[in-house]
Amino acid sequence: MAANLVYRYDGSLQGFLCCVAQSFFDKAVPAGIGAWDDPQATLFPIKEVETDWQLAKRLERSITSRISPEAWDMVQRGFLTCMEEKELRLLRFILLGYKMGPRVARLSTNEDVHALDKALLYLKNEAHYHVEFLRFTDFGGFLGAVITPNNTILPLIVHHFCSRLNTEDFMIYEKTHQMGFLHRKGGAHQFFQADHIQFPEKTDMEKRCQALWRIYYDAAAVEGRENPKLRRGHMPMRYWVNMTEFQRG
Amino acid sequence: MNIMEKLEVLTDAAKYDVACTSSGVDRPAIPGALGSAVKAGICHSFAADGRCISLLKVLLSNDCAFDCSYCVNRRSQDTPRASFTPEELCRLTIEFYRRNYIEGLFLSSAVVKNPDYTCELMLKTLRMLREKEKFWGYVHVKAIPGADPALTEKLGFYADRMSVNIELPSQKSLTLLAPQKSKEKILAPMGQIRDGIRENATDLVRYKAAPRFVPAGQSTQMIIGATPESDRQILNLTEGLYKKYSLKRVFFSAYMPVVEHRNLPAPTTPPPLLREHRLYQADWLLRFYGFQAGEILDDEHPDFDPLLDPKCNWAVHHISQFPIEVNRAPYEMLLRVPGIGVKSAMRIRSARRWAKLDFEGLKKLGVVLKRARYFITCQGKSISPLPMDNPAVIAGAIRERGFAQNGGALQSWQGEALPALEQLSLFTPTPKDKVQCLTGQI
Ligand code: SF4
Repeated sequence: MAANLVYRYDGSLQGFLCCVAQSFFDKAVPAGIGAWDDPQATLFPIKEVETDWQLAKRLERSITSRISPEAWDMVQRGFLTCMEEKELRLLRFILLGYKMGPRVARLSTNEDVHALDKALLYLKNEAHYHVEFLRFTDFGGFLGAVITPNNTILPLIVHHFCSRLNTEDFMIYEKTHQMGFLHRKGGAHQFFQADHIQFPEKTDMEKRCQALWRIYYDAAAVEGRENPKLRRGHMPMRYWVNMTEFQRG
Repeated sequence: MNIMEKLEVLTDAAKYDVACTSSGVDRPAIPGALGSAVKAGICHSFAADGRCISLLKVLLSNDCAFDCSYCVNRRSQDTPRASFTPEELCRLTIEFYRRNYIEGLFLSSAVVKNPDYTCELMLKTLRMLREKEKFWGYVHVKAIPGADPALTEKLGFYADRMSVNIELPSQKSLTLLAPQKSKEKILAPMGQIRDGIRENATDLVRYKAAPRFVPAGQSTQMIIGATPESDRQILNLTEGLYKKYSLKRVFFSAYMPVVEHRNLPAPTTPPPLLREHRLYQADWLLRFYGFQAGEILDDEHPDFDPLLDPKCNWAVHHISQFPIEVNRAPYEMLLRVPGIGVKSAMRIRSARRWAKLDFEGLKKLGVVLKRARYFITCQGKSISPLPMDNPAVIAGAIRERGFAQNGGALQSWQGEALPALEQLSLFTPTPKDKVQCLTGQI
């Protein structure tokens, strides 16, 4: 049964889980679920859903035990994707899971499961692209990087950089979702929210290092063998804006 | 020369080396050291020619004392000379690595003064990088033929992968084109690295803290098309190298005429890219499909068919062994069916334990039947659209038609994509190359 109303929540995973609980309570799937800051206008009446951490925790346990840990993992990661109407799809996925049990993760013939699979693959690929193509700038003592992925990939890549760059102070800012991550030498780290980040001016040393990288990048290609299609295939152009080798002039 | 100019010259001099993967070893980070290594390798950029950039691949110096005629750095060539100091190269590696530009260093060098002196310089660089700078990322080092074995061994303890270039596929060609090198000088360090890896493995069993010697194994590369060896000779050599020296990879590099020389192909000769591609396919068959070099090419057919990949070629020449019944054929035979790759063969093997397979079932398993259909039956049924008594007809049906137009043909064969991260060819051919290869050299 569908209800003619729209849930509004705070945009957090916990908030979303409370929407799921609300839908159980209403015994209906809402016409839409959106975050507070979601700009979409709606004609349906709006129901505000409070975020209750205890309730969210209970839901997490319930999904893990009554469906499967894998399904919970898919929900968690699915929440990071940029899938259209991701909340509604995830809600329907969870409902289906309660009906079908652990099998739900394999039901790729179902439209929601299929969409989720696709979105998760995109998430995974985009995270990998950022392990490859993320570029730090040395701002005199600490490294800073700005990324603009479509999915919220920051939580998926920080582990890699924390261990590899454990000797560095660094910050990664995901501009798309206004979310940042700060790491200090030795391991202390935290996520943070910020509308805007102002990095200091590049030092002359840094400019020289970046120039060196561009020289290397250019020299590594064999002249007369340009293959733009292959290059774009491996390295989609939408990531180039944040890459040192393409920041010229 | 300032560092910028040096970097340009020494990158330029190293870029024709093919083996630029950062793969083969998983080494988690340790607190207090910069870096880690992941088994699958990581590409950090792609150059304008579409090749992966993973390591900082430079020569320590291009100021060579030798005079190999196929090489841009040879002594008699008039070219700008440059050398990094160990400090400069260390700094560069660290600064690039911290910024996530690279996965590590690929260190190679021309022969400065003599092989030992060169080795000492490389050793100094790596020691500084590992011990002073505490660099824990990937390092590939090229052994210098003719250097003191003790020095080569020391290099091995700082490196993840080591390679010695075979350079040319025969002693005769070496004598002709690289007079200061010899088969013995090249094979000696290769054998030494092999033994080092073996000994290290037993040491590691005995005490876990033994320092790791070349954990990602060794590889080599040779130049194809500069000299007159047949494909068969090259493939036999390749097989021998895998067997005798336990190499991880043999890379082939189509010769790009960079210098004019009476013993070399004219500078206008297109690089034999299709031939290089066929060699990689055959190399795949040796490593993963249980083929012997002697089965792929023989005295009567010493060279690859330009239109038929080596596996199809084998199948067509052994048509009497087909069709095979997928429900019963041994796994080794499944692997030999054109169009069935390792993944598909494994899927068939496990699926047929539970149910009798038909063609629908094969499709569900993801088996591509386009070429396989000529060579298999399912429960006695065949869906081959052609009579099977004439191999030439089958060959015509499965040949790589549209090779010259279809850019995808080189990326994957047998329906299975080659591993994406590994760079398989120095050059990804442009459509023009392919036409030239098909009509020209081969
Ligand atoms: S030893 Fe031969 S191949 Fe190596 S750099 Fe010198 S001239 Fe070139």
